[in-house]
Amino acid sequence: MSEGQIDEALRSELQRQGVWVTSMQELYNWGRKNSIWPLQFGLACCAIEMIATAASRYDIARFGGEIFRPSPRQADLMIVAGTVTKKMAPQIVRLYNQMPDPKYVISMGACAISGGPFKQGYNVLKGIDRYIPVDVYIPGCPPRPEALLHAFMELQRKIDSQKLTGAGKAEHLDAKQPSEFPVPAFGEHDLQPPANPDVYHPPVLERQS
Amino acid sequence: MESLEQIKNRAELAARGAKIDIVVNPGPAQQSSLLIDNEHAAAVAQFLRNHPALTFDYCSNATGVDWLDRVIKKTTKVKTVVDGVEKEVDQTIEEKIPGYLEAVYHLYSMKHKHGPLIIRMRTANRTDGARLPSLTPIWRSAELQEREIFDLYGIHFEGHPDLRRILMWDEFVDHPMRKDYREPDDYEWEPTPHDDVLEKAKQHYTPRPQLDGAENVTAQPQ
Repeated sequence: MSEGQIDEALRSELQRQGVWVTSMQELYNWGRKNSIWPLQFGLACCAIEMIATAASRYDIARFGGEIFRPSPRQADLMIVAGTVTKKMAPQIVRLYNQMPDPKYVISMGACAISGGPFKQGYNVLKGIDRYIPVDVYIPGCPPRPEALLHAFMELQRKIDSQKLTGAGKAEHLDAKQPSEFPVPAFGEHDLQPPANPDVYHPPVLERQS
Repeated sequence: MESLEQIKNRAELAARGAKIDIVVNPGPAQQSSLLIDNEHAAAVAQFLRNHPALTFDYCSNATGVDWLDRVIKKTTKVKTVVDGVEKEVDQTIEEKIPGYLEAVYHLYSMKHKHGPLIIRMRTANRTDGARLPSLTPIWRSAELQEREIFDLYGIHFEGHPDLRRILMWDEFVDHPMRKDYREPDDYEWEPTPHDDVLEKAKQHYTPRPQLDGAENVTAQPQ
């Protein structure tokens, strides 16, 4: 048991007595994770599933994520729902930069992850993780609303586990970690640069010989 | 709707000096089209829209086609004298057709409920002569589609009111729908590359001379 933490057995015993013991970190993260405001924008058919998730049948409000904000200044979460064309990519990065910290990104669907069915096309960005850091990826074409809810719960788990102090504290509390990323420019043949090497780390496959 | 021959003859009478060819489509669709010379394209288009029996008042679609340089081989039987004996010998003539770009318009008549009439225009070549007269002054609905052709095929439409790129960004210099376009190499690891993607992926692999090419070796029967 490290410093500042309370024994689980003692805590549940106290809870039975009507005494709630918590820590600043837990309280802070509990508040944050149950009130995630997504940025209201959609790019393609995944956005339809996102709308369904927000509507009454799937109801993302059960997890505190129903307040879709039309302004990046008020949003905590960016759901990249759909195909990111190269023409759209600078705007996505710009919106991300305009969001206040702490901010999270869900890459929803095959297109936002890798370009999906349009991967070999000249006009589609092969994954939004080339320019901005992504917290949760949802595979699917498009993913069902349950999958988005699962990603949302996964994000809540991530927020819950973030530390406020010490080594390994949350990125948004570390002044050295960047919260804005360079916006790619429109080049003569492609976006410049085609990927941000600080963010994008593609898998390196060692071929067996 | 009148037959293509009738329309062609009428249009040639109406627009003096116009030269119109019928491009036959031998495929199952059988949709033959009219090839209009660029100089008289505006006059012919005006005629097609305004003539009371035709009234093609609606241009539903305009698109581009890229034709690369082609070589057509024609084999004919020629009689020649070989060793004092007359024989029939196959002679192959190669005909070179230089490349060009094409704009294709699909016209309908809302008034007479007929169509489509397909008209084509061809550029002189695929480089500096990639110019065509714009038909936007005659059919307003061609405006955005001609911009798209300009963007993706690089045909300059003379007389277009607002000829800018529409899908790609203004700084872009290529024309992605041309057949010789090569997309930028933003390679990413592929789990199951095949065909063109495999060729692209191989350029990024470290070479394995002892294994690469093994798929081309067929098992020898024992």
